[in-house]
Amino acid sequence: MTTFEKVRDITVEQLSVDADEVKMESTFIDDLGADSLDIVELIMAFEEEFNVEIPDEIAEKIRTVKDAVDLLDKEK
Amino acid sequence: MQIEGKIAFVTGASRGIGRAIALTLAEAGADVVVNYAGNAAAAEEVAAEIRKMGRRALILQGDVSQTEAAASMLDAVVAEFGRCDILVNNAGITRDGLLMRMKEEDWDAVLDTNLKGVFNCTKAALKYMMKQRSGKIVNIASVVGIMGNAGQANYAAAKAGCIGFTKSAAKEVASRGITVNAVAPGLIATDMTSVLPEKVIEEMASGIPLKRAGQPVDVAKAVLFLVSDDAAYITGQTLNVDGGMVM
Repeated sequence: MTTFEKVRDITVEQLSVDADEVKMESTFIDDLGADSLDIVELIMAFEEEFNVEIPDEIAEKIRTVKDAVDLLDKEK
Repeated sequence: MQIEGKIAFVTGASRGIGRAIALTLAEAGADVVVNYAGNAAAAEEVAAEIRKMGRRALILQGDVSQTEAAASMLDAVVAEFGRCDILVNNAGITRDGLLMRMKEEDWDAVLDTNLKGVFNCTKAALKYMMKQRSGKIVNIASVVGIMGNAGQANYAAAKAGCIGFTKSAAKEVASRGITVNAVAPGLIATDMTSVLPEKVIEEMASGIPLKRAGQPVDVAKAVLFLVSDDAAYITGQTLNVDGGMVM
């Protein structure tokens, strides 16, 4: 599975959105309806799935699906 | 007010108010995880009573002031029962003394168990409750956290902190179907208050509108209400169980 596919699946589960709504350019908050608590849960789910630790100051900069994918690709 | 089949984790459940809470929740149908710090025999006794009621019981030894211990206890609850519906942060200690003579270690010990312990267990439980989209958390505060008490600056600070924590947590997790409330006991007849001289207890009781000390079960019944669906629309509140001591 690619990083995008993993991020998409986690996002679908966490935000209860359809898989085809989750595109690279989608923003978690505006496009996918996440609130601040959802973002925290998403970050925690990413950390668990990819076995990485994402510091708060970096987590704060994640706005789009692409931001998350790029970050997680870099951490791998 | 039934909580049939719910999974409840009660800290400091081997004695006193915690014991009464564990038994009351079991009586109302919950399976109960009994946490204790030091008194294994007392915890065993509580677990045996719960099993006698036909409910499941699990005993977990652990110091709630230790972040890792708290996290691993909540992991153990979910490993055993698959979920955690109810958390009652009850574990507490006292190290009384007048402020001018209070040692730093007495301050730290009380804040660590009574306040940091609440943070540790709540955070660990929320990890699961957020995913469940449901949960009931009750923190055992004290009227002392509202009105202060000479000789208990550490205890009062921790309990007042616990009330502020309750309100903040309630606001943060309300959207996930989780309620967070506090119960503030007044003078309750337990081991913790039995160390007070009889004269002091009498004096305190005379200032209580109901003119007597309460029993642990009085507190437990309030907790049962707050963790039941009857209290679904109540969050961020502090319910005093104190015979009218504070109004």
